[in-house]
Amino acid sequence: MNKHKGAGSSLPHHLLRRFGPLAGLLLLCAVLAVLSDHFLTFDNLVNVFRQSAVNALLALGQLVVIVTAGIDLSVGSILGFCCVLVALLVKSGVPAGLAIPLSLAAGTALGACNGVLLTKLKLPHPFIPTLGMMNVARGLALVISGGFPISELPPGVRFFGAGAVLGIPAPVLVVVLFCVLFHLFLTRTTPGRDIYAIGGNAQAARLSGVPVDGRLNAVYALSGFMSAVAAIVLAGRMNSGFPLAGAGAELDSIAAVIIGGASFFGGVGSVGGALVGALIMGVLRNGLNLLDVSAYWQTVVIGVVIVAAVWVDVLRQRASRRIGE
Amino acid sequence: MDTQTAPLLRLENIWKRFAAAPVLRGVDFDVLPGEVHALAGENGAGKSTLVNIAGGVLSPDSGRIAWNGRPVVLRDPRAARRTGIAFVHQELALVPQLTAGENVFLGRLPARASWVRWDEVYSRAEALLSSLGCEIDPRALVGGLSIAVRQLVEIARALACEARLIVMDEPTAPLSGRETARLMDVIGRLRDRGVSIIYITHRLGEIYDCADRVTVLRDGERVASGTIAEMPEDAVIRHMVGQVPGLPARPERPGTRPTLRVEFPDARFELGRGEIVGLAGLAGSGRTELLEALFGVTPPPGGIFIEGRPAAIRSPRDAIRHGMALVPDDRKAKGLVLSASIRANLALPSARRFLIRKGAESEGARRIAAELRVRADDLERRVAELSGGNQQKIVLGKWLLAEAGIFLFDEPTRGVDVGAKAEMYALIRGLAGRGAVVLFASSELEEVLALADRILVMHRGRIAGELPAAGATGEKIMRLATGQG
Ligand SMILES: Nc1ncnc2c1ncn2[C@@H]1O[C@H](COP(=O)(O)OP(=O)(O)OP(=O)(O)O)[C@@H](O)[C@H]1O
Ligand SMILES: [Mg+2]
Repeated sequence: MNKHKGAGSSLPHHLLRRFGPLAGLLLLCAVLAVLSDHFLTFDNLVNVFRQSAVNALLALGQLVVIVTAGIDLSVGSILGFCCVLVALLVKSGVPAGLAIPLSLAAGTALGACNGVLLTKLKLPHPFIPTLGMMNVARGLALVISGGFPISELPPGVRFFGAGAVLGIPAPVLVVVLFCVLFHLFLTRTTPGRDIYAIGGNAQAARLSGVPVDGRLNAVYALSGFMSAVAAIVLAGRMNSGFPLAGAGAELDSIAAVIIGGASFFGGVGSVGGALVGALIMGVLRNGLNLLDVSAYWQTVVIGVVIVAAVWVDVLRQRASRRIGE
Repeated sequence: MDTQTAPLLRLENIWKRFAAAPVLRGVDFDVLPGEVHALAGENGAGKSTLVNIAGGVLSPDSGRIAWNGRPVVLRDPRAARRTGIAFVHQELALVPQLTAGENVFLGRLPARASWVRWDEVYSRAEALLSSLGCEIDPRALVGGLSIAVRQLVEIARALACEARLIVMDEPTAPLSGRETARLMDVIGRLRDRGVSIIYITHRLGEIYDCADRVTVLRDGERVASGTIAEMPEDAVIRHMVGQVPGLPARPERPGTRPTLRVEFPDARFELGRGEIVGLAGLAGSGRTELLEALFGVTPPPGGIFIEGRPAAIRSPRDAIRHGMALVPDDRKAKGLVLSASIRANLALPSARRFLIRKGAESEGARRIAAELRVRADDLERRVAELSGGNQQKIVLGKWLLAEAGIFLFDEPTRGVDVGAKAEMYALIRGLAGRGAVVLFASSELEEVLALADRILVMHRGRIAGELPAAGATGEKIMRLATGQG
């Protein structure tokens, strides 16, 4: 008499890993569609996407960092710095076609500093160099702007935040473009795979010939680059560069990545997940707005969602860990 | 069993499946009071899964568990511990920053009105440890103790919790010969106290040194069980794997041109193409350090010459570029990315282009998996899901795929079953036959004697001597290894 159960007790758990965040997003949308007539309109959905763009772009950089078992606390400040920088440059007569690449380069350089501090000074955890950079970049943003916003930007910059192609908002296009690039990078290239290997087991990766330090430098530079991309989009949307732009954005980007199924322990995470994570946060904010929930309560709800999502991650870890070998 | 003794633990008709195929298929298993019950079986047969169920780490899909004749549910390791079942893990379960005594009583420090009575902690810990023949200071920090001593601390902790059954899953894999002998002695003492033990090992000799009964698992089923008198070693092997192939004949050596020359202050030697050189020595004699320095993990303390030319090796990456490969001693810490797929792990050192060529990688992975007989239905599965021995095969496999020419092996057959071990020996001979250079460190003297053309013996971080295979004996090696050469 065997009475063993039917196929795969771990199958739902696999599905949860792959599609859990997406299911969460769809569920959330369904609930909001019922609660608010306005939610499921084309305009509103495009609006959600546009408002999520900055967070999604930051989350892509943050994702790559978190996959290496790291963390980047400086993305919000680098965003602020680049936001001011691009505005100052165009205001002082530099054409947008030059100001934008210069700002991207500056963001990349600041990110690369994080990596070099981590790998060359052998600081114990990326928390430390990026925490330092969070303050340095924010300080620089205030220094070069004198603390004041710089408004009225030329169309060349505004386009990336407020423009549209064939009716699709430019920020949405930028997000889609980078999602595709990051997805291809992480899944189809050897440096992308090295990044997962480093997060899974840095020592084993090194012993297999992965240039761990070089890859880490590149990863933090990439995160800085994405902060700069987000800065251009934000400057364009707000039609100004303001030195406090992106304050607290690092935590939103971390939340998006973690809600999207990446693990703080490293080695796990996907572009699709991070995008869905950013959208969940965007939809949540949008929905709460539509339902007239006060901004104060919104903050409470977002906090609860973050913890709940990470709790799911912990359950997943526990289910897939095997002790005793 | 019959009327005389009722089993302490009884697992009945246990089923367990992970993804697709069942891993345990209606296994019955019991342990009598005060008996040492050995569990044998091929890599992936389901041994760890079964004892993890006994230890509350995994729960069965179906089946009954009885303790002293009464049904129990072992929800988690704590529930198992409260029942009287303790697991001796290899590391992890101790807190390295605390003392041995604190670890023994972790979570249940003797206290009066919540003031810890430290004198009692240490005197009782000392008594427990010395009852196991372990004379260490209970005030020593666990982080500074050898793996063998940590195991004893774990066992003492199990005794402090009044465990009636201790599960040991491959406890001797990281131990040297001498430490293994001591563990055998400890197991004897535990049995005398009436403690039962489930003992998993791939070194079948140990079963006859310590066990009363042995059960063989194969493909998740119990295929044989009996007292060790009823089950001689060849019967156990037959039940496990069928027939073990003998060592293939040593191929003609294609003239040993020295290929790798090492000039470290404490280690000067040359290795030739097609030569298998064994590296013997006691635990802590510096074999791992030597191999890691050769591979650039730590800065080499002297010159390394390949084909007569100096090789600048500052990192493992440099070493790999020079055609070297290291199979490290600790597969989980140094050998594998457990969260990545089998294919990705195998391809990691050899993938040099920017774009991943998935088709070619899968093809290579399939070839290696077949060559090493890795038990895995799907090469996209995470390495974490493989059994210990199959993981070890992946660590070796990635270097075969990378077509390395100089192989450094550090305990390559640790945790590998007898059948696969014989295959690995054949493979190492094959590598040498194809002109590779092989340097392998092993704590198993028989392995060194059977496989090597030449044996380097280490003592206290230096090469104490060299023996040609012809005429080498375990005794001669041990003399050099203990500094009496
Ligand atoms: N978490 C898991 N997910 C999927 N499959 C698993 C998992 N754990 C174990 N398995 C599979 O179960 C089978 C039995 O594994 P188990 O670890 O019990 O083998 P074992 O007898 O201990 O082998 P070894 O001697 O190599 O340690 C293997 O085929 C393994 O791949
Ligand atoms: Mg096992």
